[in-house]
Amino acid sequence: MDFLRDPFGFVIQEYTGWLGGLGLPAGWVDIIAKLTGALVLATGAMLFVVFLIWYERKLIGRIQDRFGPNRVGPWGIFQPVADMLKIFTKEYITPIGADKFAYNLAPILAVAAVLLLWSVLPLSVTVVGTDLNVGLLFLVAVGGLGEMSYILAGWGSNNKYALLGAFRLVAQLISYEVPLVLSALVPVMLAGTLSVNGIVQAQESVWFIVAAPAAALIFFIASIAEIGRSPFDLIEAESELVAGYNIEYSGLKFGMFFVAEFLHAFTVSMIFATVFLGGWQGPGAAEIPVLGFVYLMLKTFVVYFVTILFRGTLPRFRIDQMMNLNWKVLTPLSLALIMAMAIVGGLTRELPVFWQVIAFLLVNLLLLGATDQLMRLSQSRKTKSNLPMQPLRKVLTTSTKHGAGE
Amino acid sequence: MNGLQVVFLLAALVSLFSAAMVVSARRMMHAALWLVLTLMGVAVIFVTLQSSFFAVVQVLVYVGAIAILIIFSVMLTRRVMEDHGDQILPGWRAAGLVAGLLFAIIVGFLALWQGFTTMLVELPADADNLLDLGQALVSPQGYALPFELASVLLVAALIGAITIAVDRKEDQHG
Amino acid sequence: MLGNWLYIGIFALVALMMPALTIFIAGILSPKRPDPIKNSTYECGVETVGPNWTQIKIQYYVFALVFLIFDVEAVLLFPWAVAYQLLPLYAIIEGVLFLLILVVGFLYAWRKGALEWF
Repeated sequence: MDFLRDPFGFVIQEYTGWLGGLGLPAGWVDIIAKLTGALVLATGAMLFVVFLIWYERKLIGRIQDRFGPNRVGPWGIFQPVADMLKIFTKEYITPIGADKFAYNLAPILAVAAVLLLWSVLPLSVTVVGTDLNVGLLFLVAVGGLGEMSYILAGWGSNNKYALLGAFRLVAQLISYEVPLVLSALVPVMLAGTLSVNGIVQAQESVWFIVAAPAAALIFFIASIAEIGRSPFDLIEAESELVAGYNIEYSGLKFGMFFVAEFLHAFTVSMIFATVFLGGWQGPGAAEIPVLGFVYLMLKTFVVYFVTILFRGTLPRFRIDQMMNLNWKVLTPLSLALIMAMAIVGGLTRELPVFWQVIAFLLVNLLLLGATDQLMRLSQSRKTKSNLPMQPLRKVLTTSTKHGAGE
Repeated sequence: MNGLQVVFLLAALVSLFSAAMVVSARRMMHAALWLVLTLMGVAVIFVTLQSSFFAVVQVLVYVGAIAILIIFSVMLTRRVMEDHGDQILPGWRAAGLVAGLLFAIIVGFLALWQGFTTMLVELPADADNLLDLGQALVSPQGYALPFELASVLLVAALIGAITIAVDRKEDQHG
Repeated sequence: MLGNWLYIGIFALVALMMPALTIFIAGILSPKRPDPIKNSTYECGVETVGPNWTQIKIQYYVFALVFLIFDVEAVLLFPWAVAYQLLPLYAIIEGVLFLLILVVGFLYAWRKGALEWF
């Protein structure tokens, strides 16, 4: 019964007990236990990507009124396996003059940065890689580390289009990191801790998406922009810059970028589900840990489904539209949100939780409504001025008259 | 030599080696990448000091923002792809002598410092001082004034950088 | 706490080794037939024109700068946010004041056109 209630925790306990009984010094037992845990989690994540690729291709196919893969195995389940087998045997074509170190490190770093995100996410009440006390900030920091891999890829390819694509992508990623970090302040305020497990446990009575829907929306949009997915996938679009930073990659090195993107999409959905949708919280999750894992997976798949819906239905943003959205809508909104929620929270400190949540909810909806009105206003002002096309603006120059067109 | 000392030694060696490579790399882009490695080494040293918040902040701000800023600014120069040759100054022997002398003097003074022999109070196993830091940052007996001054400093940096980077003629083009 | 970081260190090593190993194995399994035309830089199927680097716009640098300022601001706010539930009202106002000063800087950047793509 114990095993059924909590299979992961049970296995972990038995394993550490067995290791301890082997008679090794205590420090080594610790290291071997942690090593096994890390190996299992990382391998599980990498193997899970195979399923994710199938899921996404089927879903995109259905959105586009076609079947998606359905030849290889029942419902095409083995299609990604076949693709992986194919990509394993393709030749690595290294361009002349490529910086060997940067060129080879980039795909490894891209996957490693995404895998490292899994180490602090709680999968159930007893199973968590490690309960780091600065977990949320760690997630954002490792995301920033992943950006270095794109710079390495673009610069190491010795190709000016790869370089341009990589810089554009990094400009997009760092721009959207601002509302991401700012809106991540809101659940920290509500939970009073930076540890991800603590944030999940603080959502016992009410999910944070109910208390702060505006923060959830900003966090979600910024996360989708951070993983470079449609509608923010300007960099990857085949019609622009010919696949951007991974032009010169072939074989499994390209496959690794591909795997990193899919896994990142799923991981980001899991982060959103953990921080805003209550993670493993649900009826009976605290007593029966395996239920918590099921709840988390359900919530993550719902968010992942929404991500794929965005990809399949929304048209792509132009880069100036993307930057406008970030700097002129999301950032001011998140700044105003933190200030408003801080003040409201301070004023309603003595009220019972229910009224506090209502107050937060009202503030959020007010701000969202105000933003909507402001956006409509500026949109109507733009169409009223009726310019057929914006005149080409001169590139911003430095005082030494530097700078050239693109 | 317990595990913590081994980790510290490795991190210190990596940081020092990367720092030496930053100043002696032949291409500017390589120097920027070695800088990233140095900053990661410093983050590991923060971890050995049981200061996880600052380790993560180091990665977030230094590697995620400042290193990228430096790489962008390196790319803005025209000669980034050139191999600049061995980065050795003509008077390096004299400079090395002065640096070595200064280092010996500093080490001599530090060896006499009693801070090396006093045992610091060990932090409890699950010390979480983030809460105390937060309260100290805004309490009037704490660091409330430096906290607000920090934001003024940031705004000053922002205004200064934008003034330098954006030409005033841009205003006329609407 | 150090135990947590030990786990993360081990996990980082595992996370780096796994793709490296996979790429290495695939490198063994795949054919190797280098050819000068195959290895040449890609430029939509034609010969490369012009030098192999391009001048990037100043706008990238300005964006990175504004991002840096807001990143440091957010990082300074995180301890305040963690202690939020225990803070008296005046301490909350201090945090809001911090944000307001930065909003002023943000508005300046907006007006000066530092936030335009171009």
